Amino acid sequence: MTTVPVEPGAELVPRRSPAAAARVAFGALLLRDLVVLRKTLKEFIPRTLLQPFLLVFVFTYVFPKIGQGVGGASGESEFSTILVAGVVALAIMFQGIQTVALPMVNEFGFTREIEDRVLAPLPIAMVAIQKAVWGSLASLLSALLVFPIAAVVPATPVHLDVSWPVLLTLTPLCCYMCGALGLFFGTRFDPRTVPLLFGIIVIPITFLGAIYYPWQALEPIRWLQILVLANPLVYMCEGFRAALTDSPHMSLWVVYPVLVAFSVLFTWQGIKGFTRRVVS
Amino acid sequence: MGPAVREWEPPVTDEVIRTEGLTKVYPGDIRAVDGLDLSVGRGEIFGLLGPNGAGKTTTAGMLTTRVVPTSGTACVGGIDVVAHPVAAKQVIGVVPQTNTLDRSLSVYENLYFHGRFFGMSARTAKAQAQRRLEQFRLSDRAAQPVMALSGGMAQRLMVARAIMHRPATVFLDEPTAGLDPQSRLALWEVLGELHREGQTILLTTHYMEEADALCDRLAIIDHGRLLALGTPEELKASTGADTIVTVQTRPDDLDRLTQVLGREVPGAQQALRVDPHVVVQVRGADRIVPQVFAAAERAGIDITDVSVAEPSLETVFINLTGKDLRE
Repeated sequence: MTTVPVEPGAELVPRRSPAAAARVAFGALLLRDLVVLRKTLKEFIPRTLLQPFLLVFVFTYVFPKIGQGVGGASGESEFSTILVAGVVALAIMFQGIQTVALPMVNEFGFTREIEDRVLAPLPIAMVAIQKAVWGSLASLLSALLVFPIAAVVPATPVHLDVSWPVLLTLTPLCCYMCGALGLFFGTRFDPRTVPLLFGIIVIPITFLGAIYYPWQALEPIRWLQILVLANPLVYMCEGFRAALTDSPHMSLWVVYPVLVAFSVLFTWQGIKGFTRRVVS
Repeated sequence: MGPAVREWEPPVTDEVIRTEGLTKVYPGDIRAVDGLDLSVGRGEIFGLLGPNGAGKTTTAGMLTTRVVPTSGTACVGGIDVVAHPVAAKQVIGVVPQTNTLDRSLSVYENLYFHGRFFGMSARTAKAQAQRRLEQFRLSDRAAQPVMALSGGMAQRLMVARAIMHRPATVFLDEPTAGLDPQSRLALWEVLGELHREGQTILLTTHYMEEADALCDRLAIIDHGRLLALGTPEELKASTGADTIVTVQTRPDDLDRLTQVLGREVPGAQQALRVDPHVVVQVRGADRIVPQVFAAAERAGIDITDVSVAEPSLETVFINLTGKDLRE
């Protein structure tokens, strides 16, 4: 690509159409985030790997080794298989929240950096969506980092049965939904209330997210089985169970539409919250 | 990508900023800006002067797409900023009141990415960023994190960033508030330099010295309304006075002293109580200080301090509102 750098004069009229300017600015904002990620890779990698590693290590390596295997002696291998999907889904969700929501809370809060970002020549809704898209890319990266851990660390064999069409469609969908979730949380919390985000929202989501058990297994506790349907992580875990293993899982006819619906909901509410924070 | 093609043609005009009946009412019927009509020409430094809470920042916010007007219109370069915010954002640069530099990036990267956001190629953004760093004497800081900059340097970097994409107009909101005197002078120099390059600038300030020193024209506003408009010289001449005497006495005597001086000092056009002083505006009087003392003496009032000065924008503001700009 050859470009002629023009010494631009004071622009009394816009150089580009709004659509073209917005497209270019969107790409440049992603580039900026990529550069920041490259600078902070030393923090990104341990932050992404440690929690999934400990989860897999304790549940599927330590427990079987010390004779406290989850799922009984015969079920240990099955449990490792169930947990693979959960660990990948959890890594995606954590990354979405950490990449989008936490910096955004600061940028809205004391640094006010967001004020400059919204002056870039693109619609404010697109500044918000850019953050969700960036969150989904970071989530994808963390899924790629975490998957080998979940497959290799367990002391008992993990039975993978990969359905590529499901994996290749479900992964981007889950990653985007978590980016949008991060956007939604980022606009609803401030530096004072952000500890609550983890204390009362992320922890219940993860404990009741069908990470450690298939959703169907909750059958004996019917009320809980219904209650957790409000948790987006349930559909992610069930979807990854379908994509990666032959374990029983929720019907994909339910998983896909619900994940799409959550994506739309979080994007819509995220844009709404974002706009309210930057325009008066 | 070939040479820039203008796919979108707004009207060409030499009037860079125009507002008509611009009004912002916040919930609770707070009229932050009330029917403001402004026009700023190409290459002007235009000032919005007024006390804190006068509506200056809200006005700048409406012109820069951040505040949605309740009624009226705001145009930059002939583009209606409410109807076409993305087109408008391409032709404006903003230096906000607070430091909004990107803390995750270095000094150089702040400029480079700003250029990229505004559609510069990597090569142009790099060249322009380096040029601006030199112009603003920040080259030796290029690789540092922005957190390492002093207040004055951070402010210069924000100005450099705002003009990176060569906007039709730059908005500076209280650019020197909180800066030490030396940094303030350095920033005035930078703005003067930009002015000589033909950059249109709108700045808000509550420092009358700043408005006087920098602005070609200014609007004095209070309670969201335009009170006066003109060059600093026109505004000062409008007071009709050539000497301003500021007199201090015991608080109890302020009212009486105001009456006495207004009545008895030769050439006094008016005397106003502006706590904790009495301000007398005089035209064509000699030996004014003895006259003031004599008048006070006759009324049996003790004077503790007297100072004499030429009319300033402060005088204009006091005449318009009956209060001090610093209040």
